[in-house]
Order: sequence, then C-alpha cells, then structure tokens
Amino acid sequence: MIERTPILNVATHVIMFSGLLLLLVPVWFAFVASTHTMQAVNAIPPEFLPGDQFFTNIEAAWTRADFATKFVNSMIVAVGVVVGKVAIAAITAFSIVFFNYRLRQLAFWMVFITLMLPLEVRIVPTFAVAANALSPFQVLMNLFGITALVEAVSGVRVELNWNLLNSYTGLILPLVATATGTFLYRQFFLTIPDELVEAAKMDGAGPIRFLRDTLIPLSKTNMAALATIMFVFAWNQYLWPLLVITDTANFGVVVVELGRLIPDMTTTGGGIPEWHTAMAATLIVMVPPLLVVVLMQRWFVRGLINTDK
Amino acid sequence: MRRAYFKDNRIAYLLVAPQLLIIFVFFYWPTGEALFWAFTLEQPWGGGNEWVGLDNLNAVLSDGRYWNAVVVSVIFALASTALAMGMALILAIFADRQLRGYKFYRIGMIWPYAIAAPAVGLAFRFVFNPDAGIMSYLNTISADVWNPTLNGTHALIMIVVAGAWKQVAYNFIFFLAGLQSIPKSITEAGAMDGASVLRRVRDLQLPLLAPTFFFLLVINITDSFTDSFGIVDVMTQGGPARATDLLVYKIYTDGFKGLDYSGAAAQSIILMSLVILLTVFQFRYIERRVHYTG
Repeated sequence: MIERTPILNVATHVIMFSGLLLLLVPVWFAFVASTHTMQAVNAIPPEFLPGDQFFTNIEAAWTRADFATKFVNSMIVAVGVVVGKVAIAAITAFSIVFFNYRLRQLAFWMVFITLMLPLEVRIVPTFAVAANALSPFQVLMNLFGITALVEAVSGVRVELNWNLLNSYTGLILPLVATATGTFLYRQFFLTIPDELVEAAKMDGAGPIRFLRDTLIPLSKTNMAALATIMFVFAWNQYLWPLLVITDTANFGVVVVELGRLIPDMTTTGGGIPEWHTAMAATLIVMVPPLLVVVLMQRWFVRGLINTDK
Repeated sequence: MRRAYFKDNRIAYLLVAPQLLIIFVFFYWPTGEALFWAFTLEQPWGGGNEWVGLDNLNAVLSDGRYWNAVVVSVIFALASTALAMGMALILAIFADRQLRGYKFYRIGMIWPYAIAAPAVGLAFRFVFNPDAGIMSYLNTISADVWNPTLNGTHALIMIVVAGAWKQVAYNFIFFLAGLQSIPKSITEAGAMDGASVLRRVRDLQLPLLAPTFFFLLVINITDSFTDSFGIVDVMTQGGPARATDLLVYKIYTDGFKGLDYSGAAAQSIILMSLVILLTVFQFRYIERRVHYTG
C-alpha cells in the first residue's frame, strides 16, 4: 500500500464482495433447490432460503443416479488420466531434453502440435478410432502389403482389433493424448544446469538413475501442479464419456449422469422436472474437483499459468 | 543451449515412444481421417469411400443451417468472452490492491474453474427456468416475459451467461498473475509522480497488461468454440429452433445423431482450421508476453 485511500478501499471491498456474490448465484440457488421438496421448488414465488430436505434429496439423488458406481468410475478415470499424464509427460520431456538424437526436434514438434486441437473438434474420427484402436496399424499394414505377405506365408489373415468402447482404457487414453504436461516438464528440465548432468554421469549414474534420483525429486511441485489440473480436466469431461460409454450402468461417469437427470431438455414434456434431486446431484458432482482446487490452490494456479491450458 | 547429453539413444527412443504412439492413434490418425472423410463420401452398402473433392465442403457452406451455426457461435464467442474478461479484469485489478481479505477474495474468484460445464449448465438452467427458478418471477408480471425454452434470444443469453461464468475464474487467474508480474518500482514511481490509484491503473497497469489481454482473448474465443458443448447439451440442446446451435454442437448432432460422417468431418475441418489459425495468431502474442515478463 503506497498511499491512504479510504474511500477507494471501501469501493474495492464493495466491488470484490459483489463479484463474489455474483459468482455464487447459481450455486446458491442450486443449494437452495436441493434443500426443499419438489412442491416447494416448483412453487411460485421461488424460495430464496434453504429448507430442511437437504439430506433427503442428496440421498435420493445418490441412489437415483446410481452415484455409488459412477463415483468410483469417475475417480478411476480422473486418477488414471492424472497418473498417465504425469508419467508419460515426464519421460517424453526427459527424452526430448536430455538426449541428442536425430528425430528429437521432430518428436518435439509432433507433441507440440497436439496442443492446437482439443478433443471436441476432432470428435467424430477419434470416436471411430476408439471402436478399434488398432485400426490405424491395420490400415497401414494393408497398405504396405504386410497383411498380404503374412497371409501368403502363414495362411493366417491378421485382423487387429482392440475395441475401447465401454472400457476404462477408452475413457482414459485419448485424454492422455495431448501435450499439456510434456510442455510443463520441458520448460522445467531446460532450467536444470548442465553441471548436474555432468556430475551424475561422472558418478556413474545412467539416464534412468538420473531421472529417478535427481529429476523426479526436483519436479515434485511441477507434478503436483500438473496433477491438480489434470484431475479437474478429467473429472469434468463430458462429451467423450457421453460417446464412448453406452453401458452406463457399469462404466458411466458422474458428469454425464447429470445430463440425464432432467429428462426433457427443450420445450414442454411429461411431468414436473425434479429440480430438487437434480440440483442435489449437481452439488455432489461439484465436490471432488472443488476440493482439489481449493486445497491445492497454490499448485493449481501455478500449473494453470505454466501449462497455458 | 544444453551441452551435456546422455549417450544411449535407444533409451531415448524407448522413452518417447509411448507418447508418440498414443498421439499417433488418438490425434494424428483421427485428424487425418477427418481430412479423408471431408473429401470422400461413404458408399451406402459398403464398398469403400468415393472421392468427391470439394463437394462435402460446398454442401456444408451452402447450407443455411451451417451459417446459422456460424452466426450463433460468433455471437456466443464474442459475448461470453467480453463478459468473462470484463468481469475478470475488474475483479483482478481490485484484488491486486491486496487489501485485507485478499486471500479470501482470491479463492472466492478461483473456485468456479473447478465446476464441470454440465453442472454449470444445469445450475443455470434452474436459475433461468421460466417455471420454477428465480427468473420465473418475471413471468408473474406477464406470461412469457422470460422464456428460454421458446424464445431463441433468451436461450442464447442464458448460455452466454453460463459460458461466461465458467470462464471468469480462468481469466481472473491470468489477469492477476499478469498484474503481479508488473514490477513494484513502476507503480511506486507512478505514485511519486503523483498519479492516483485509478490513474496508475489506466496509464500503467492496463497498457502493461496488453499481452495477457490478447493471450486471453484468443484462448477464450477458442475455448468458446470447443468447451461449450457441455453447456449447450445440458441447457438447450441447440434449441429452440437452432437458436443455440453452436458449431461444435452441430458437428456432434450431424455426426452422431444424423450419422453424416462426411458432413461432420467437413465441418470439423473448417473448425480445426479456425482453431489452428487462432492458435498460431496466439503464439505470436505468447512470445510478446514472455518478453514483458523478462
């Protein structure tokens, strides 16, 4: 604080506080709706203050949407994406930064370009690939005559098939296929002084040893930052699980389940919408990523800024 | 430039292989396939794809519904970006003064980033519901003063507000980081010259924030093209009467509901080019941003 500005200070507090309230509006009314009975929620004029049905509604939403299974699924996907990303990004960046091979630059650019196109814009063909994740290799083998060759030699026609629909792998792998984390690690690895590498080599440590004993301990903050972001990103995925999972009873995730709670989307339709359970479910779904962001705020902000995600 | 490298390149290839494999299967192949589909037409009873050149693209570009989606997407992008960035900028400037309660305010602005788009959409759908939510008050004045289920403009306003709400946190984080990277000495020099707080905001902080501003502008617009799917699907499903039929949503409905892969692929190609263009444009500004921060 450089000068005394009492009036401006009051104005600052007023503006900040109204900003807070404005951001709270949807969540507050979702909360209010989740604490009333269906009749009270649909009544006009609407309620502004919470009632006493909160736990009844939460319980109803929990069972109606079968959150017991879906929470576990969402958790598996989120953790899978986090672990996959943190691990794969680390070794890729390590390879690109600490080795000097001919295809290094090419590998870097191949990874870098994936930053440009989010899953949503290439959704149709990506979905087709998920139906058979090995189809690219099959096509290539057919194209180069390998399939025909193998068939001629052994009499067996090679049919590669790996269906990822309705599986955790199908939910996780395509979400790992972007460059977000690789970049974060690369920027950090570039700041590691050459002397450290020389010292490790002189002590007889190979690359794997160096990665495990020196780089990974040094990258802990980066890992935490990446993990928080990827957790929120994976938990909040909607379009991809919506397409890949048709067997929602076993593989459904919570966020997709939300969309099904209010059956009739657009105009008129049968029955009164059950806003009280839908809003209760909304609140439940919000909790895990919210906890991650609030509790790991420092890493989260750092990761967000450094990955430009 | 690094001088010390490890020698064993076989390990290097092994380490880089998993990521390259994954992006080949889930990124490059699908993108290539989209290109292939965009210029071919699948035969109705199998038998491969027939090369049709620019026919698919022409069909898309001469479709009135496609241009409707373009207009809706542009309105959505500009309106939600302006709203989100405007609000975030004001809040960040005042938060940057770091008065008492700064930490509390900061977390109060950041948490919305954690909320999934469909959850945001559902909550706002309730708030904006003509029959049950808060806005239903308006309808007690006279019927259908507010009705996003029937009125396209109302529906568009609704998704713009929800989309903007979701983006405020992200913008706030970046604006605040940008403001805090401005050296204290500049602010102090301004104060010594007798510039008041608001004068310093106008003449020092805002100009120095320009790179962050352009960076966010592009990110917000790109995000509004891609990230908005969840909001639209949960809130309006593109309706009423295609008033909220965003490009990304139209690709989804044409591709998966209409099973028109070629048409959807052609639309994807256009959207991809648009996103790539914006991103290339953005990288120039990222570089400028790096220059500023040193």
